[in-house]
Amino acid sequence: MNPAIRIEQVTKRFGSVQALAGVDLEIAQGEFFGLLGPNGAGKTTLISALAGLVRADSGKLAVMGHDVVADYRAARRLLGVVPQELVFDPFFTVRESLEIQSGYFGVRGNRAWIDEILENLDLTAKADTNMRQLSGGMKRRVLVAQALVHRPPVIVLDEPTAGVDVELRQGLWQFVRRLNRAGHTIVLTTHYLEEAESLCGRIAMLKQGRVVALDTTANLLRRFSGHTLRLRLAPGLSLPEALKPHVAGEAEGELAFALESCDEVEGILHSLRGAGCRIDDIEIGKPDLEEVFVRVMNSRT
Amino acid sequence: MDGFLTLLYKEVLRFWKVSFQTVAAPVLTALLYLLIFSHVLEKHVKVYDTISYTAFLIPGLVMMSVLQNAFANSSSSLIQSKVTGNIIFMLLPPISYRQFFAAYVLAAVARGVVVGLGVLLVTLWFVDLPWRAPLWIVAFALLGSAILGALGMIAGIWAEKFDQLAVFQNFIIVPLTFLSGVFYSIHSLPIFWQQVSHFNPIFYMIDGFRYGFFGVSDVPPLLSLGIVGACFIVLTLFTLRLLKSGYKLRA
Repeated sequence: MNPAIRIEQVTKRFGSVQALAGVDLEIAQGEFFGLLGPNGAGKTTLISALAGLVRADSGKLAVMGHDVVADYRAARRLLGVVPQELVFDPFFTVRESLEIQSGYFGVRGNRAWIDEILENLDLTAKADTNMRQLSGGMKRRVLVAQALVHRPPVIVLDEPTAGVDVELRQGLWQFVRRLNRAGHTIVLTTHYLEEAESLCGRIAMLKQGRVVALDTTANLLRRFSGHTLRLRLAPGLSLPEALKPHVAGEAEGELAFALESCDEVEGILHSLRGAGCRIDDIEIGKPDLEEVFVRVMNSRT
Repeated sequence: MDGFLTLLYKEVLRFWKVSFQTVAAPVLTALLYLLIFSHVLEKHVKVYDTISYTAFLIPGLVMMSVLQNAFANSSSSLIQSKVTGNIIFMLLPPISYRQFFAAYVLAAVARGVVVGLGVLLVTLWFVDLPWRAPLWIVAFALLGSAILGALGMIAGIWAEKFDQLAVFQNFIIVPLTFLSGVFYSIHSLPIFWQQVSHFNPIFYMIDGFRYGFFGVSDVPPLLSLGIVGACFIVLTLFTLRLLKSGYKLRA
């Protein structure tokens, strides 16, 4: 089975900026994949190269086994892209926009599917409204609808929830999850790391045009993040000498201990009790993707 | 519907939805030209000895409107799509660059012809036109609007802002059309300016178009057709190359 997306040694330079510096990536069919990285890391350039909006200087990109340059017609038919910018054509209504987009892909008699997308994205009531009169969130939904109009097996969402309210965000994720369960491959870029953490099975992190981390979300969390114990001692008390080497950080009197597992908590508390330390405040932090992200981005890879 | 037909449909729908501005307005402008110039010049100017000035002027105005609106259609559509970013909707689907070209040019031809017919319709009752060779009329209208449609594409692809497009329009297209013999026969010009006019491709479009109405022209119509045809081929090849390279559309 062809991978949904195969990216081999792709480079792209804009003037003096090396946007992509040799990216290799393979995404299997049916994955929910996250593409993360700070602004300017090359996420959008990579997506644009995949969609044929940008031409890679070297390397190969393929969608479901179809090269995006040599076999662009097949590749584009299999790919749906939700662009980052909130763009729309002010001349048309929502339904017209979708019908036209459908026609561009050569899909005839698409009314039933268009109705279904409108329903799922809560746009039915706005179907005959001109694009200009929609709110930002509504326009974003139409962009999602436009990307789905030709039923692409691979769907790329480039920061689909930037500036979108909570309700829509949740509705959107429900819908995208359903698409994923139905067999669509989903590739997502986002700055909301908690979203990526809860949605994506696998994640690639990009930095300066390179993939600097690539693993399942669970493995990344295990490797780069762990449980943290934060506590504040009662005023005037100091930490027993035996525990000092275990302190990972201290900020405003709050001590942080990095834990391999939750079992270590008991040992620390035991030592504190033994030394007669009273605890004012205590908190156990779970591993999170934000920490992974910060560590990966700060490491010299 | 395949991608090409949809893009053509969308481009036609785009100007048709705002036809008050894209069709009615240029028709009114042409009508005003006709009223003013024929009022001032009808009694003073006779062209080719036999043709009244008003009759002479009408085909010129029709063709000028055809050409300017064909250019306006493709150029403004492209620049709007680029500036607003919705050009992405046309770049993501599997539409080939040839289909892209054909759709924009044909929509420009459609707008040019619709406006031309409008101008003809409102000016018809001023004077009886002889309609000597209708096929020439059709041939020059189609070729001329296709050429300006292609030029509009080039301008729309090249321009990054509306004012750059306005420069193209105001400093190239408008002077070339105004100085092409819409309002006069170039035989009325001094020899030097007659010769200069022969370097203006739009002159041949107007002259050949007018031949279709009166059976007389400044240069033989076949020569005009040859030159206009050659211009069309050159511009088509150039625009196709531009599109194939992805110039300013696909980075």
